[in-house]
Amino acid sequence: MARTAVSGRLTWRAATLAEARWESPTARTLVLDVPDWPGHLPGQHIDVRLTAEDGYRAQRSYSIASAWQPGGKVELTIQRLDDGEVSPYLTDVIEVGEQLELRGPVGGWFVWRPQQTAPVLLVAGGSGLVPLMAMVRARAVAGTRQPFRLIYSVRTPEDLLYGDELRRRVREDQGLDVHHVYTRKTPDGWPSPAKRIDVAALNTYGWPPDFGPDCYVCGPTTFVETAADILVALGHDPRRIRTERFGGTS
Amino acid sequence: MTSTPLDGSSTAGGGLPLDGNAMAGDLREIFAVDVTAARYVCAGCTHTDAVGTLMVWPHSPGLVARCPHCSDVVIRVVRAPGRVFLDLRGSVRLEVPLEGG
Repeated sequence: MARTAVSGRLTWRAATLAEARWESPTARTLVLDVPDWPGHLPGQHIDVRLTAEDGYRAQRSYSIASAWQPGGKVELTIQRLDDGEVSPYLTDVIEVGEQLELRGPVGGWFVWRPQQTAPVLLVAGGSGLVPLMAMVRARAVAGTRQPFRLIYSVRTPEDLLYGDELRRRVREDQGLDVHHVYTRKTPDGWPSPAKRIDVAALNTYGWPPDFGPDCYVCGPTTFVETAADILVALGHDPRRIRTERFGGTS
Repeated sequence: MTSTPLDGSSTAGGGLPLDGNAMAGDLREIFAVDVTAARYVCAGCTHTDAVGTLMVWPHSPGLVARCPHCSDVVIRVVRAPGRVFLDLRGSVRLEVPLEGG
């Protein structure tokens, strides 16, 4: 799987939208049927290219949300940005049965491999959860037992991605813990006010640096830099902190 | 045409940098292996790390990747119709992991 995923030069290919579902009022998962897909590692992404009738092209990268299983499909979760050029098309326009052009899988650095034995800390800001969810899913597919902790920062309860699935996995996937940080509005009865991710959250719900965890941080650029700086300040080895920045605000 | 970030948010981002991960697709059209996992040595300050950790500004006619340690330009990728220009002069060397190695 990993072998074929990183060999040979890449070209663009056509994929067919096989299924779609809403994850939140503004985020939609696209299930893509990609002929001869070589498989992928959790954390990898694909590039999507749209071509207008006049030849104008727009290209964006999207993290893969699904764990690879032979014969399986490729899932992306797209967060709609109202002033975006590509995402509103993918969330609100493209219909099942239609095609789009993609290139991938790409990226071999921000990936988790089931052979890694260290505990894992995942820190997600907004739709930065997507590649980290692929890691959670890949761990379940591989049936491995590395302890995983996910700290997921999200604006409001309505913005949560994969809420039902994460609740189920916390019950069923042994060794998976999830902690939420709400930045604008908390659920009723939540023990603390809305706040941004901070030292206390990463210290309390992450792993102690002594455990030597592999840390993955993904989200908007400012979120990623804040969280990575806190992890280093708490004593985590910078070489074990992998980051992926999405650019603008979540 | 530039490669832009992972949820398409760069247009709303006001010029915040991405990272080397965002170059993965354009580099994989040129190279037979993934270059984001390769280690660069910065020509400016000799800092070394994975290409994935470079700071990338996509709001230009190409991708400009800078060293997070000294901010010198390490890699530039500029696409033009039918070809691509790759400028590596800011990188003393690339150490590319080989599978099974």
